[in-house]
Amino acid sequence: MIKVENLYKNFGKVQALDGVSLSINAGEVVCLIGPSGSGKSTLLRSINGLEIPDAGEIYVDDLKIDPNNEEMMCKVRSGMGFVFQHFNLFPHLTVLDNITLSPIMVQGVDKATAEKEAMELLKMVGLEEKANEFPNKLSGGQKQRVAIARALALKPEYMLFDEPTSALDPEMVKEVLNVIKSLADKGMTMAIVTHEMGFAKNVADRIVFFEEGKIVEEASPKDFFENPKSDRAKDFLSKVMY
Amino acid sequence: MWATIVKIFTPDNIKFMLQGVKISLLVAVLCTIFGTLLGIMIASCKISRSKFLNVIGNIYVELIRGTPMLLQLTFFYLGIPMIYQMITGKYMSVSAIMMGIIAISINSGAYSCELIRGAINSIDRGQWEAGKAIGLNHTQIMRKIILPQSFKRIIPSLANEFITLIKDSSLVSTIGVVDLMKTSTILGAKYYNYFFPMIGAAVIYLILTLITSQFTTRIERKLAESD
Repeated sequence: MIKVENLYKNFGKVQALDGVSLSINAGEVVCLIGPSGSGKSTLLRSINGLEIPDAGEIYVDDLKIDPNNEEMMCKVRSGMGFVFQHFNLFPHLTVLDNITLSPIMVQGVDKATAEKEAMELLKMVGLEEKANEFPNKLSGGQKQRVAIARALALKPEYMLFDEPTSALDPEMVKEVLNVIKSLADKGMTMAIVTHEMGFAKNVADRIVFFEEGKIVEEASPKDFFENPKSDRAKDFLSKVMY
Repeated sequence: MWATIVKIFTPDNIKFMLQGVKISLLVAVLCTIFGTLLGIMIASCKISRSKFLNVIGNIYVELIRGTPMLLQLTFFYLGIPMIYQMITGKYMSVSAIMMGIIAISINSGAYSCELIRGAINSIDRGQWEAGKAIGLNHTQIMRKIILPQSFKRIIPSLANEFITLIKDSSLVSTIGVVDLMKTSTILGAKYYNYFFPMIGAAVIYLILTLITSQFTTRIERKLAESD
């Protein structure tokens, strides 16, 4: 379980997180939605220690994380996959090496085993034939699927997705969402920042709506999309749903 | 005039100059290698999170870049043995070429450090974050992700550093190493004619640097292709 308590973070004048508290239970899929700059990504990045909050606490499996403690963060992060908007694949490594790097370096898995497991992951995301390509030979959707496979290589308990389809061509969105959906079906605990409302409605157990660094509304997808309570959520939905 | 040229550039003398070329290239190659290794170490200090290492890195770079290379070279050859003798009371015999290589490598390290630091800083922040996100520590990210990518970007600058070192290696002639530069002054003294031996040496230096820069251009093009 991931528990966030009273998180604050500001970037200069912008209050990215303004007292956010949130729990993500085991097996739950939580979609974070809201306007750009409302703090969703900052929250996700703080959970993974990529941002250091100004105040507040984050617990992962009851361990209070300290983003300045590198040893602790390495451990926490290896139990938590993170998928970036811009993929961030390692361009100098093949697809296979991108995936096997962390099992070999962090968990000390031997190369043969790591490669065997990486091939299984590639099969799952439908890219086994790309194992020996370099990332610059892949399409955006393929890159993101490799990035998901890479994040899964450490067999994490949690997966965090930071706008995984925002940088993709429209036709590539579905192939990535399908992979994420298949993880949800397997019971993976996930937090997903997304602007894909249809997807959020379909895959989420709970919707968390952000506005100006605060959580404005938390509800089941059915309630949120059909009967939003806050005016801000109503307004947002009326503008994004067609 | 032709007679003078023929008299100076005998096969034996040309062989003598080519021996000098060997020494010059040896110094340039070793100094590029050691300088790069030092540069990586100092660059790591400068971008480290430890304030202490930052200070060490800054002092190194400022000290080396702020004093003449010729002074550093002479200091290593004459100054170091003297300090050694003052402290231990024993005589220290040093090899001029070894001290030359050490001094020039240390000098080159300060310049390479800045090239390497620039290349490391030019790597997208997302690469660091991706490395962190898969559980790697700072050192592992540096070694497996950042340095290999930076290396590709600094190869052209390092080739330029090599060209600089081919020329700067001539400074070792001042501490008695018989490199290409020194062979030209030796021949000059022998025939009471400095003009032609120096022109000869200049032509050889020029050939070496032109070949290297041709080679560099080709590598640069190759690297650009794979991007």
